[in-house]
Amino acid sequence: MEQMIEEQKGKDSELYIILKNSWSNFFNFFKEDRFAMVGLIIYLFVGIIAIFAPVIAPYDPHEMLRYDGEYRTNAGPNSENILGTTNMGRDVFSQLIYGARPAVLVGVSAAFMVVLIGTLVGLVAGYYRGKVDTFLMRVTDVAFGIPFEPFVIVLVAFLGPSIWNIVLAMGLLLWRDTARVIRSQVLVVRERGFVESARVAGASNFRIIFRHITPNILPLALLYGSLAMGWAILTEAAISFLGFGDPSAVSWGFMLNDAFVSQALSRGSYSWFVPPGICIMLVVMAGFYIGRGSEKILYPRMNQY
Amino acid sequence: MNWMYLLRRIGQMILTLWVVATILFFIFRLMPGNPLAAYIDPTFTAEQQQELMRQFGLDKPLWEQYFIYMANLLQGELGQSFFYKDSVTSIMMNVLPNTIYLMVFSFVIAYVLGILFGVLFAWYRGSKFETIGLIATLITRSAPQFWVGMVLLAIFSFHFGWLPSGGVSAAGSQYNSEWDKLTSLEFYKFLSLPAFTLIFYLIGLPLLLMRSNMLDVLGDTYVEMAKMRGLSKYRIMFKYGARNAALPVLTAMAVGIGYTIGGNVIIETVFSWPGIGRLLVNAVTASDYPLAQGAFLVIAAFMIFMNFVADLLYGLLDPKISAGGGK
Repeated sequence: MEQMIEEQKGKDSELYIILKNSWSNFFNFFKEDRFAMVGLIIYLFVGIIAIFAPVIAPYDPHEMLRYDGEYRTNAGPNSENILGTTNMGRDVFSQLIYGARPAVLVGVSAAFMVVLIGTLVGLVAGYYRGKVDTFLMRVTDVAFGIPFEPFVIVLVAFLGPSIWNIVLAMGLLLWRDTARVIRSQVLVVRERGFVESARVAGASNFRIIFRHITPNILPLALLYGSLAMGWAILTEAAISFLGFGDPSAVSWGFMLNDAFVSQALSRGSYSWFVPPGICIMLVVMAGFYIGRGSEKILYPRMNQY
Repeated sequence: MNWMYLLRRIGQMILTLWVVATILFFIFRLMPGNPLAAYIDPTFTAEQQQELMRQFGLDKPLWEQYFIYMANLLQGELGQSFFYKDSVTSIMMNVLPNTIYLMVFSFVIAYVLGILFGVLFAWYRGSKFETIGLIATLITRSAPQFWVGMVLLAIFSFHFGWLPSGGVSAAGSQYNSEWDKLTSLEFYKFLSLPAFTLIFYLIGLPLLLMRSNMLDVLGDTYVEMAKMRGLSKYRIMFKYGARNAALPVLTAMAVGIGYTIGGNVIIETVFSWPGIGRLLVNAVTASDYPLAQGAFLVIAAFMIFMNFVADLLYGLLDPKISAGGGK
């Protein structure tokens, strides 16, 4: 048993070195890791499109286009509508561009909730240990026992179909992975010398947690946040696809739902329903790429492969 | 396996189930509007409405409803569906087999193929075959399931007309029994698109896990020894390598099965697959609370149980967890 503890301590100090370097790693790995860089570029690209959507999109995404007085419905790609039009005569390309807005909104706010709740739960549980830890970890177990998609559906049906309710429902569950990981890191960090010195110097728990421990686990939390970003965008799309989405937001999931229920599949309007899926895929991939980079921070041993 | 660990873990599982059931009760009871709105005909008189409320036990105080709900749950009684006017348990029993067929079929194929390709990717590490394979795997992991389903539907069902677009049987026809269903070729035609969509998504995890485990194992001396002894490539791959890497994959599979039953709501809806996930979506849309609640609970219970199985498997993998008393 004692030997095991010793072994554990050995691992801890290794981890500590990794953590100490993690802030500089956090910025460096984007430079060094090509994959992480690609992930970051995709995120930035979507962000820029979201900001400049009105400038880039040739039409209003809701506008039913008329040419020579006739509605142009179910058009294939042509010179005026590069991805064609929907069954209501709306420009698919413009919808795709505007779809970046809810994606960014959902991704960033869900990631924020995940980082905030996950970090707080992990910090408090790992720092205070004992009963507080047991209680918080049982709560985390419960969160792991709730099926994600069904929960979001039920809660959104209950609270009403809006982007914020979808984000809230996702945030209420997605923190669970972050909390577990952060907690185990806090358990390691709190045993370090500088925490002990701070305690001896009479620093309050509050100060130790936020001043001394948080900076060491924040990079890790942010990486989990970046994974959550892609995951949240994917889920929002799925929920919108099922018809529980925000009816006023033109999201990629809404576009796919719209295409699905208006027989775009049987008409073979590939230019309508293929692009939104590719957009979602790229964003999720970006999360994976950044997450893959994070493995290098956490488990440098894997670098050899 | 430590018995105390097992008992404590079972206790934890029951506690989690109870808390989830309680949360669910309050979510559904606190829903705004009359829970019977979908059920009550506008022509009903106030007395008739009162009578209905009484029948469903909705006239009692909340805490009393909670105790009745819990007592019923313990007996496996999930109430009456507002919409189908039938017992929730029997409605679910009708659709549950479909969900299980889809899952078992997809998981078996996805894991067999995933393990196979994982081993091959590890063996041919650094080759073009591996690079292309890994990119393809990444695509399977990040493409939205429902979108993959849509593309497949557009191509194989609507464009070529090779496969049906949804359901489990042709319009108007029915299977006489579950056995009849499983032995009819027709059923597999309906199963193939949703199963392929699910396999497409599931294959990535066992593949990547197997690959990284194999990479660990391949460097070991006994594999080197086997190579030197001149054993065939495939014998080394599967007898020496894969055997050691299989348990983590099995653990991942247990967790994966648990998560997939929740995620199935989407695939089942795309393909109108009459399973528990689609039942949940339809019940929520129709404000059929007892049915939605029942379907949610079954999905949650299944997931909690699979997490439990995964933990036990994990305990086998790493004896420190079960012997060392958790923390």
